[in-house]
Amino acid sequence: MAKRAKASNVAKRKPSSIARTTKPAGPTFQQLILQLQTYWSKRGCVLQQPYDVEVGAGTMHPETFFRVLGPLPYRVVYIQPSRRPADGRYGENPNRLYKHTQLQVILKPPPADVQNIYLDSLRAIGIDLRHHDIRFEEDNWESPTLGAWGVGWQVLLDGLEITQFTYFQQAGGLDLDPVSCELTYGLERIAAFLQNVDSVFKLRWSDDVSYGDIRLAEEQQFSAYSFEWADAVRTREMFDLCEREAKAILGTKGTHAETGIKRKAPILAAYDFCLKCSHLFNVLDSRGAISTTERAALIGRVRALCCRVAAEYCAMNGWNEAAQTVGSLPQATAQVRR
Amino acid sequence: MKERGEFLFEIGCEEIPAGLIPKACIELQQILEKHFIANGISIGAMRTWGTPRRLGASADAVLLRQPDQEKEILGPPKSVAFDNVGQPTRAAESFSEKQGMPLAKLYVVQTPRGEYLAAKQIVYGRDAKDILAEILPQAMRELSFPRSMYWTGKKGARFTRPVRWIVALLAGQIIKVEYEGIVAGDTTEGHRFLGKSKIRVTGRKDYEAKLRRNFVIVEPAERRKKIESEIHALTTKKRWRTHEDAALTEQVVYLNEYPSVIAGDFDPAYLDIPAEILITVMRDHQKYFAVEGRDGELEPHFLAVINLDRDRSGLVRAGHERVLRARLADAQFFWESDQKRRLGEYLEKLAHITFESRLGSYRDKTDRARDLARWISGQWFDSGIHGADVSAADRAAELAKCDLATGMVREFTELQGIVGGLYARAQGEDEEVSWAVYDQYKPVGVDDSIPRNLTGCALSLADKFDSLVACFAVGIIPSGSSDAFALRRAASGVVQILLERKLPLSLSAAISASSKGLAAHKPGIQVAPEMEKKVLEFVGERAKYLLREKQGFAYDEVNAAMAASADDLVDVRNRIVALKSIRHSKNFAPLAIAFKRIRKILEKAGPDGGEGGSVKAELFCEEAEKQLHREALVLAERAAAHKRGGRYKEALESISELRPTVDRFFDDVMVMDEDVAVRKNRLALLAGLLREFSTIADFSEMVAEEK
Repeated sequence: MAKRAKASNVAKRKPSSIARTTKPAGPTFQQLILQLQTYWSKRGCVLQQPYDVEVGAGTMHPETFFRVLGPLPYRVVYIQPSRRPADGRYGENPNRLYKHTQLQVILKPPPADVQNIYLDSLRAIGIDLRHHDIRFEEDNWESPTLGAWGVGWQVLLDGLEITQFTYFQQAGGLDLDPVSCELTYGLERIAAFLQNVDSVFKLRWSDDVSYGDIRLAEEQQFSAYSFEWADAVRTREMFDLCEREAKAILGTKGTHAETGIKRKAPILAAYDFCLKCSHLFNVLDSRGAISTTERAALIGRVRALCCRVAAEYCAMNGWNEAAQTVGSLPQATAQVRR
Repeated sequence: MKERGEFLFEIGCEEIPAGLIPKACIELQQILEKHFIANGISIGAMRTWGTPRRLGASADAVLLRQPDQEKEILGPPKSVAFDNVGQPTRAAESFSEKQGMPLAKLYVVQTPRGEYLAAKQIVYGRDAKDILAEILPQAMRELSFPRSMYWTGKKGARFTRPVRWIVALLAGQIIKVEYEGIVAGDTTEGHRFLGKSKIRVTGRKDYEAKLRRNFVIVEPAERRKKIESEIHALTTKKRWRTHEDAALTEQVVYLNEYPSVIAGDFDPAYLDIPAEILITVMRDHQKYFAVEGRDGELEPHFLAVINLDRDRSGLVRAGHERVLRARLADAQFFWESDQKRRLGEYLEKLAHITFESRLGSYRDKTDRARDLARWISGQWFDSGIHGADVSAADRAAELAKCDLATGMVREFTELQGIVGGLYARAQGEDEEVSWAVYDQYKPVGVDDSIPRNLTGCALSLADKFDSLVACFAVGIIPSGSSDAFALRRAASGVVQILLERKLPLSLSAAISASSKGLAAHKPGIQVAPEMEKKVLEFVGERAKYLLREKQGFAYDEVNAAMAASADDLVDVRNRIVALKSIRHSKNFAPLAIAFKRIRKILEKAGPDGGEGGSVKAELFCEEAEKQLHREALVLAERAAAHKRGGRYKEALESISELRPTVDRFFDDVMVMDEDVAVRKNRLALLAGLLREFSTIADFSEMVAEEK
């Protein structure tokens, strides 16, 4: 009986929420960011900033790539604008972007009630879970360039994919111990849902500025660049240069490959060049400049660098056991998502 | 105290992939039963169930205590245990001490190795609860999943997703189970959003009832019923129909703990997009059931299965409609933007899509498939098959793979072929060609239909032969469960097309033609004759399988016909039909036995038997062998004439007429005569007989049936 009374209350509330036509629905884009950052920083997360090198996904941020290695616990939340040159649509498609905004959370090790903590974050941004169809559908994630894979789900809200939820099993080709839980929120989608708009460009970023006002020109220009302007020869040269720089830093046994300097190698700098390689690869790909055989080879080259960086990083920190237990990517058909 | 009690077990888990749950339930049952049996505990009836968040098992009458067991323990041999006057020795005494049993209770037992001193000990049964405490964690470790994970640490347990709670009860009491830091208890979890947490349960019935009140239906069959009846209610009310979609139903049964069906709409303007694409978007990407009107045309509505008791405020429906709108907008975008070019213009882009690294791109595959499709159609044209059209086959093969470079197929990969066919049709391509492109991947399973037109059959065969021969050539040969290029399916497809449409084609010639393509085009490799033979055998194996399992022929009929020749499958089938119709006739069965005898004789005689030797009439001594020789010549000619005319039954009947003569031969003639010349002549006669009369079927493969 009590349940029924509650339900009818909800039904009564409905007309009022529709009547609120003067005040637009949902939080602004920036409110959404603030709400999620606040939520997670209250749960022990370091609030970090986006990385300042082009990346294709929040996973590539050093705050994920390095922190998931080794035994030390860590919790972090940050926004990461992520560039996917091939997904650019000149700002003409309402849902597809050259650059979209991910909110990334790493929980290492994951607490036993991690799913509930995640679901509470949805409540925190105003989603009433009893009024929506939320589900965790199998989606195993793999990043061939990072030598990383994990097991998890895509979280669907009324059929809309809003979060990638992954238990990392391996990164940089190394088995992880402890494992980390990675939550990646697709903020544009969530905001469009909350604001009930059909195009991300119509999103209210702040009360009076739209997403389109801020980002449309960027979408148009970077789509044009990646599809039409990027010079394949020069981009390839840049790829080769970045790769050489990374290799030179990694050198052999702590010795700079070219100068012979014998010092602790700045692994973090080498990793930046891995990221640049990965982005340049994506540019070449969107330009249609990568032939069939080359594709796998280029990915393999970036992965080899990332795996070396990961191994060196562990060695440098004295986590030798982790550095030795090199696993292999699973054979099963994982979907390559990022 | 009661002897038996109910067992209830639940593994509470983070969301298990829907596709894995049915198998996990079966496996859980097998593993538990195995352990119960191994421990001598009878359990009554066991059942298992699964939802996204739990795997469960129960048994209604589990023996609470393992039965006591008598165990005979052997001591020293009697000769050692007693001295020559029959007095026990030190050895006997120490055995008695060790067994804690007076000498008087020991006895002598007869064993295969002689007489031994023995003691009877009783092994007292343990409590089932204690045994279960060991079995259950073990069973959880034994459950296997295609990809498992660890979550507590690398040395921790592996499961499909993290386990979060365990219910383990025997006769209402908690079994002391520990697994990865989780202590089993008597509380379960309700629905994530609608139910309570920490629900105490006492047994299976209580568990089921309480979970139902907390919006979890544990039995998959019941969830299925709920979904089906709600779909039925929604569709009949609005005079709609849904496509029967068993796979989708199965998925939603295991995706939801409390499934409910809601209906939603989409903009009718999207109905301009072909139905195939709309249905794929709805079914494969959103797991919606597509809806059609009574006229069979798609309606602008869908049915979604949600994991709630109902859509409280209409928000769920609005949300799903929004998502579908975006998906359909995407599909429409691709439909329009892809067609800014003609389908054929995508051909050059195929150079950038790899088929296999050593075998080149889809552009290269297209060149090979065109040659092959033309060749196959040409073969049919030459055999006078109505509708064989070489230029249509060529055009279809040219366009076949183009859709792989389109935005639509990159987004909806499962629509490959279909999208190409739709674009071809929309762009005014010949019907024959566009349907051929549309159907090129058919049949995709042993129960799927074959391409609807002849050009489609030629294209599908060309594509499959090329894949088979090319992959075998570089060593990609299916083994066990690994068959990345679905070559088994390709080979089955070849067989299905040829048999169902009764198309003549020499398998070996088609394989050689494929090899030629691999040499003439990229990758420019020579296929070794052994590899061609392997492909032929591979297809032959699939043919045998399908003839037996799908067409219902007996294995010996199939083997007999294919042993004679297996190059043209339609011809093989005709011979099997003839064989089947005659195998029970009065002459045939004994003749088959006689042929088996002949084969054995020849095998025994070895290489210098009759093989190769010619029959010399002057060396015959017995009348019976002269008669056999004479009649065989006559009947062979008659059978051959029937065979040429494709009248296999008549041919076999002619051969059967030989039976009394063969019988008489074996009655009257001793094959292995002492005279070498006579013997060899007789062997040559038999060898010739076997050769001559085994061109339709190798009778010696036939298994005699008990009447």
